[in-house]
Amino acid sequence: MSQSDAHVVILGAGHAGGTAAALLRQYGHTGLITMVGEEPIPPYQRPPLSKAWLKGEADADSLALKPLEFYGEQNIDFRPNLKAVKLARSDKTVTLSDGSIVSYDVLIIATGMRPIRLPIEGADLEGVLTLRSAADAEVIKAALGPGKRLAIIGGGYIGLEVAASARALGAEAVIIEREPRILARSACEALSNFFHGYHLSRGVEFVLGAGVEAFVGEGGKVTGVRLADGRVIECDVVLLGVGAVPNDEIAREAGLECARGIVVDLEARTADPSVFAIGDVTHRPLPHYGRMFGPESVPSALEQAKQAASAITGRAAPTPEVPWNWSDQYDLKLQIAGLPFDADKILLRGDPASGKFAVFHLKGDQVQSVEAINSPPEFMMGKQLIANRKSVDPAKLADPSVSMKEVAV
Amino acid sequence: MAKITYIEHDGTEHVVDVKNGLTVMEGAVKNNIPGIDADCGGACACATCHVYVDEAWREKTGSTSAMEDSMLDFAENVEPNSRLSCQIKVTDALDGLIVRMPESQH
Ligand SMILES: Cc1cc2nc3c(=O)[nH]c(=O)nc-3n(C[C@H](O)[C@H](O)[C@H](O)COP(=O)(O)OP(=O)(O)OC[C@H]3O[C@@H](n4cnc5c(N)ncnc54)[C@H](O)[C@@H]3O)c2cc1C
Ligand code: FES
Repeated sequence: MSQSDAHVVILGAGHAGGTAAALLRQYGHTGLITMVGEEPIPPYQRPPLSKAWLKGEADADSLALKPLEFYGEQNIDFRPNLKAVKLARSDKTVTLSDGSIVSYDVLIIATGMRPIRLPIEGADLEGVLTLRSAADAEVIKAALGPGKRLAIIGGGYIGLEVAASARALGAEAVIIEREPRILARSACEALSNFFHGYHLSRGVEFVLGAGVEAFVGEGGKVTGVRLADGRVIECDVVLLGVGAVPNDEIAREAGLECARGIVVDLEARTADPSVFAIGDVTHRPLPHYGRMFGPESVPSALEQAKQAASAITGRAAPTPEVPWNWSDQYDLKLQIAGLPFDADKILLRGDPASGKFAVFHLKGDQVQSVEAINSPPEFMMGKQLIANRKSVDPAKLADPSVSMKEVAV
Repeated sequence: MAKITYIEHDGTEHVVDVKNGLTVMEGAVKNNIPGIDADCGGACACATCHVYVDEAWREKTGSTSAMEDSMLDFAENVEPNSRLSCQIKVTDALDGLIVRMPESQH
């Protein structure tokens, strides 16, 4: 069912919200589109904030999804610097932070996530930073440079990317991780060890298995991180990279079902037919794995933007995509396809020492996920194998002399 | 600045001016031209910015890197004139460039 003259209100002008607005017009929606965003600038890409942009290899123009004029030209009412504070589903209105009230026919919630701030002593010292927005990234960039020492709490992908960028900017970086290895939650041991070694060889320090107890400072400014064993790691600036939580409060308060994020279906629709939710704020079905998951990636945000825009304009839903993601650190390109749910075997293809290898997670003889370092064929073919549910010959898969085109049985 | 013609799979043409320094992919995305998805925003990680470069322009658009080559090797409906449009930087020399989009990017 199409409602081409419906007033679509989008809450959150990020990667998902901005893409949905543009796609609605591309798909022929003629009704009013209002896009409300808390940030002062139009939708932009976040991935470069820890990578190319932080190293000075990309500018604000290339971050922006579309130039500012685009929204005017496409008759999209982009309203920056405004936060949605309340959703009233019974009268289909949203209250904004300036007190104004916006009515909608169709609502798309695309409010993303916010970084977790540790509730410990010293967390509000100047120089204890998080990275989610372009404004955050500006502050971090200004704090890095030769002679500066950055302590990163949490050895996840964002932390590792910022460490690599900090080294490129001439700063020292030390990663403090609670688990005995980095990437403990998201990658297998082979990959953790590889990244650990690669960062070590480029001068990044690691403190593993270490609980952070407090941030210490002087004159209101952070000077170090105190660990549970009493050690103090000195630094000029701290980046918290310990995860993020969905900005789903307005949905929760409006009685929409939330798990870790707003629960949606394969059309990105909530149980309320007039309310969609897309991007990092959602808890969404993954048809390839028969379960629900919180996405936290650009490809997922784009897929859900397509789902919502298609449903609103009466187009057929897009084919479900295999979840995927990437990370750039130094000269390494990591491409991840799929998720390692229920995997019973881990298989290494290629030699980590060569800086070019892939880790496959199998369930029986089917690929559940692949992490490919500088290995596009393994990523591209792995993604197709997951999509088609094809069986593979593990012996062939483990043998890099056999082409990826020949591993399916 | 270069005038670039993007032709959708169904023949729809879009002619736009693209600033030097941007990529052919960015020229399409910033002008809301359908047919180039560019999921990874130009990181050479997704192969969803696949285009066919008009024969007359193949030389001027330069050669592919090893990374681009191996991504293209596994993309769908690849032809000898296939490129990842995020890997083609726009210069004055590309004024008049014509690229065609494949039927789908996935
Ligand atoms: C540093 C960094 C690096 C990343 N690298 C990668 C990567 O390499 N690959 C990858 O796939 N993904 C990466 N990601 C994740 C990716 O950026 C997100 O998955 C993506 O941005 C999700 O889009 P979104 O629109 O859901 O959220 P966002 O892009 O965060 O947009 C949400 C917007 O909503 C606004 N907002 C929140 N609450 C309200 C409210 N109540 N009212 C109005 N506006 C509100 C926020 O200010 C924000 O602008 C990275 C993220 C970060 C921070
Ligand atoms: S935009 Fe992803 S490879 Fe070109």
